[in-house]
Amino acid sequence: MNQQQALYKYCVGLGDDALIQSYRLSEWCRNAPILEEDLALTNFALDMTGRAQVLLSYAGKVEGAGRTDDDLAYRRAERQFYNHLIMELPNGDFAFTMARLLFTATYEYYFFTELKNSADHDLAAVAAKTVKEVKYHMAHATDWVLRLGDGTEESHNRMQKAVNELWMYTHELFATDPDVAMLRDGNIAVDLAVVKSAWLQFISRTLTEATLAVPADGYQQTGGAAGIHTEHMGHILSEMQYLQRAYPDATW
Amino acid sequence: MELVEKTDQAQAELLKNFEEKINRGDAIEPKDKMPDAYRKHLIRQISQHAHSEVIGMQPEGNWITRAPSLRAKQILLAKIQDEGGHGLYLYSAAETLGISRDEMIQLLHSGKAKYSSIFNYPTLTWADIGAVGWLVDGAAIVNQVSLQRTSYGPYSRAMVRICKEESFHQRQGYEIMAKMMQGTKEQREMAQDAMNRLWWPSLMMFGPHDSESPRTSDAMKWRIKRHSNDELRQKFIDKTVQQAEVIGLTVPDKDLKWNEAKGHYDHGPIDWDEFYRVVNGNGPCNKQRMDHHIRVHNEGAWVREAAEAYRKKKENLN
Repeated sequence: MNQQQALYKYCVGLGDDALIQSYRLSEWCRNAPILEEDLALTNFALDMTGRAQVLLSYAGKVEGAGRTDDDLAYRRAERQFYNHLIMELPNGDFAFTMARLLFTATYEYYFFTELKNSADHDLAAVAAKTVKEVKYHMAHATDWVLRLGDGTEESHNRMQKAVNELWMYTHELFATDPDVAMLRDGNIAVDLAVVKSAWLQFISRTLTEATLAVPADGYQQTGGAAGIHTEHMGHILSEMQYLQRAYPDATW
Repeated sequence: MELVEKTDQAQAELLKNFEEKINRGDAIEPKDKMPDAYRKHLIRQISQHAHSEVIGMQPEGNWITRAPSLRAKQILLAKIQDEGGHGLYLYSAAETLGISRDEMIQLLHSGKAKYSSIFNYPTLTWADIGAVGWLVDGAAIVNQVSLQRTSYGPYSRAMVRICKEESFHQRQGYEIMAKMMQGTKEQREMAQDAMNRLWWPSLMMFGPHDSESPRTSDAMKWRIKRHSNDELRQKFIDKTVQQAEVIGLTVPDKDLKWNEAKGHYDHGPIDWDEFYRVVNGNGPCNKQRMDHHIRVHNEGAWVREAAEAYRKKKENLN
């Protein structure tokens, strides 16, 4: 893989994270426990769709084959998606969604804070905007993890279960590979070791404050960077890409 | 006996002052004295309006995960978020009249409070999302523009803000329809089919003919309502027929024709049997919409309880 291909994959991965996470959050719209949460989660989904649009459109430019953001979102097959697996897991209950959002938004906050210093000016610009957005996502998720962790016995148990189930999907966020290492050398990609240490510190502190146990590390799921997803991914794409696939000649 | 007379006199005085105020065009504010019937009418109307915004999120939400482009998805997400926000303003406006959001939701679930019947129709294709924005929001705006000058201050101010957002929705819905009419044969068929299914229910949104509308007279006298059902319906038809023609859609009404003398379109008879059937619970999605709202509300109970328990814990600490 040359540097251009590595950069394409890096941008697509970031775009896919936003796209797939947005898909999951948008499923909460009309299904949230209070109207205020319908609005908040829809709003986060909107931020993320916007981010996906910018990143996929940039990825298309880097690739140089004339593919647009929509081509990449709606006409790629499952094995060409590079999002982290945690993004595609089904929403579960509200505790599961909030625990996931805490994990991903905290990761994104520290990740994009680092990416602001990227030698790639387009990525640095996206990062500057994204940091402001994900700060809210992170604060919102933190509030809910505290409320549910330290709320009632039922909410505590649900939250602890969610944290435990999600833990094996968190390490993938910090896994690096030779392609990313190449971009690191050019000061384009982020040093994930820095992100991981800040993430772990914040998450441990938040879980402890929420009276929750920080899970022990065990078996870790990976595969997103190789385009090997969970079984859930195919269902997301078959729904998301339905109109573009069923009416390939149409514009919308 | 004397006391009763005095009370009657005081009531009459109150009503007289109230109606004078209304006739001067002054807004009524939450702490002002108002007749019980006025308060009840407003609670019924505003909560029905709030429930409509919230239930309306269901047919539109039905297409969020299938929106055909990133731009379309953003527009739809923003629109539904707006509708939820309108629900929130309106619940708050109704709360100024002495009812809580919880009570309003209970009334909805028990079937005592209604929501706009239009949301009992399904969104079957992507064109329905266009038609809902263009026709349903288009019809809602006509009503809401008129309500900007309604006599109750909080309701009127909510309407001013809501109208600004609804006019975007209407244009965005029209854009979807216009794009589909410029698209493939299948897209044009989808758009016309959506028009055929949603045109008449949209006309029904304005409610029964003035001659049949039971609550119109008090509402007009107290300036809650500023224009009659038929006036508003006519306004909607006149502006929408032209918009349909511009993009090549056919209005599914063989009796529709321009009446030069009146300066309005004449339209064919509305199927009021269908209207009352759906209002009374027998439309395609009545059961589905209500079951959904009740299920989600019940499933979220543990979250609301936890938030309340957490709040109390923190209060006790401080």
